Amino acid sequence: MSAASSGVAELKFRDPGRARELTTALARLVQGLHRAPVTLMHVCGTHEQAIARFGLRSSLPPGLRVIMGPGCPVCVTDLGEVDEGVALALQGVRIATYGDMVKLPGSSKSLADAQAEGARVEVVYSATQAVELARASEEPVVFFASGFETTAVTTAAILLAKPPANFSVLSAHKYVPPAMEAVACLPETRVEGFLAAGHAAVITGYGLFEDFARRHHTPVVVAGFEPLDILAALVKLLEMIRDRDYGAANAYPRCVTREGNRHAQASLWRVFESADGPWRGIGVIPNGNLQLRKEWAALDARRRFRIDVSGLQQKARSELSRRCLCGKIMVGLVEPTDCPLFGRECVPESPVGACMVSSEGTCKIWYQYGGRPDLGGGT
Amino acid sequence: MSKLGETVAQKHGAGGSAMRTLIEKVFVAGLGPAGAGLAAMDDGAAIPVGDGFLVLTTDSYVIKPLFFPGGDIGRLAICGTINDLAMMGATEPLGLTCAVIIEAGFAIADLERIRDSMRAACVEAGATIVTGDTKVMGKGELDGIVVNTAGVAFAKRVVPDSGLRTGDRIIVTGSVGDHGFAVMAARHKLQLQGELVSDVAPLNGLVRAAQAAGGEFISAMKDPTRGGLSSALHEMAAKGKVGIVLDEACVPVRPEVRAASELLGIDPLHVANEGKAVIGVRADATDRVLQVLRAHPLGRDAAIIGGCVAERPGSVILDTGFGRRLLAEPEGELLPRIC
Repeated sequence: MSAASSGVAELKFRDPGRARELTTALARLVQGLHRAPVTLMHVCGTHEQAIARFGLRSSLPPGLRVIMGPGCPVCVTDLGEVDEGVALALQGVRIATYGDMVKLPGSSKSLADAQAEGARVEVVYSATQAVELARASEEPVVFFASGFETTAVTTAAILLAKPPANFSVLSAHKYVPPAMEAVACLPETRVEGFLAAGHAAVITGYGLFEDFARRHHTPVVVAGFEPLDILAALVKLLEMIRDRDYGAANAYPRCVTREGNRHAQASLWRVFESADGPWRGIGVIPNGNLQLRKEWAALDARRRFRIDVSGLQQKARSELSRRCLCGKIMVGLVEPTDCPLFGRECVPESPVGACMVSSEGTCKIWYQYGGRPDLGGGT
Repeated sequence: MSKLGETVAQKHGAGGSAMRTLIEKVFVAGLGPAGAGLAAMDDGAAIPVGDGFLVLTTDSYVIKPLFFPGGDIGRLAICGTINDLAMMGATEPLGLTCAVIIEAGFAIADLERIRDSMRAACVEAGATIVTGDTKVMGKGELDGIVVNTAGVAFAKRVVPDSGLRTGDRIIVTGSVGDHGFAVMAARHKLQLQGELVSDVAPLNGLVRAAQAAGGEFISAMKDPTRGGLSSALHEMAAKGKVGIVLDEACVPVRPEVRAASELLGIDPLHVANEGKAVIGVRADATDRVLQVLRAHPLGRDAAIIGGCVAERPGSVILDTGFGRRLLAEPEGELLPRIC
């Protein structure tokens, strides 16, 4: 049941035979480096999804560790940001947001809890849908917007397209490059190379990472999301490490260019500016948040509403949440299975940490796909 | 087993482990001997009568939207109950009941449309509605309409969902995920290209053909409704105390469903079907059962998707072609990812 071809030869990104050639190359390269394990980090939940979903780790050479960094925008949404959304919802303001944000715990409540108390929280699948909700009524609609530069661009686009006056944005958007900077500076992480997210690089271009790679002596390769994309990018990354080539390379050339989408970049920075801000579990990331510029004050929920979160923030952290290792997991210091709560007290049905909430979160993905059990019979 | 909590949540109706916990802890445990037969938690009950069994099942139907590409709540209510009977091996329904609870203000024209599609589904299944009940509640006291149907049928041999043994092969009777994605697209007005159409259909004819070919070599059956193929396989693996190795490349998925699943980040293996059966067959009989299934209009895309092993009882191991991993059971309501 393959997709109908339109006369163009079907591109096969899911060819197990080619995957075996690439994993053989990986084994040879790791062996040639004469030091194991070699640790590579990706910064994207969609990469982790693909790696876990296709069982790729069961076919990687034992000396190669591929770990996930801060690549889940929902997971790094700070407690305070969730509290703002919850407070607005409890004040009676209609909230539109992406699905994963609904279950994300705040200091004492999630949007789902607010919903159970009667607040109106609507799940949308695009920024445009949030605007449509506002157009269909007179009452204020706040789009609680989260995501990295990929979704921030779509938020920027709707603001530039003159949304109705009853529409505003509560931005929890984050910007990935500063977080890579923060991880690279941590003395405990021994990340020798980064895989950058292909969809984000469609917008930013892979040239953005050149300066970073040079300064940190850590090559960066932009990767797509099919199993072969990821394996090919890992091969490229190991080759660059072997050759001490501290630059940025593009292993997703069918979508990504060096410059990226200049029009989208212009839209992004016309609407947003970067600001220091807390990332859940990690701490303040300099320039890691995307906040609306002053010119857009009329559409900025933070300036438009008085958001009182004081009632939500009194509760002390529970004993359980103090034992949660999400922060260390998100910077690649430990793996989900190192956490004593993983799969026991912390499961998707009743998550303790944010990484178990979002489908982009490392813990949720590991839980969903069985972590890394030895199942035998892999390729 | 997970904790129950203080109040009923949406996840308790989603077909996964939370729902099983609710049923086990509240109903099966609490009804004691008076609920004998409930403990099997199969698609229906089998009451010994003479030299066979009277199979009885009931189901309530709520769906948003009421009308969706490929069907509506009426067709669903008939097919769901016919299929629950068929999965027990009872393919000749003696009679169905139909109870509806309607919200005041509901359009008569919609009610007639639902009735018409119930009648059409009954004709397809060779079934008759023999009794019913109608209640009306105030506006806002329920959402539109709730339909309950029950069905009764006679079976010489009951096929439980617990009969898998090591070495059995697993067949699915066609493409998976069609119903769930069609309803999701209609519910959320997703602008997806390609036709997403529910597969809702009565399976008793198809199962009858499979039974004629496979007889007692058919070891277990289940319809992969809520929770999709994944939930059905997990339940069958747990009850049969076997591991199931699923070969992903063999699972039929229509290209438009594949596209929607990639876009939304929802696995087609987790999504509901209303016109498919998972059938466990002893290895020797697999080919002839597959042959008759493929000769039936509702089984044209039937495929062998895996087999049962002694290792890891209760688990479903997915072979992706790139490696192996555990297949997860879906949790709660499926929500599309954000990036």
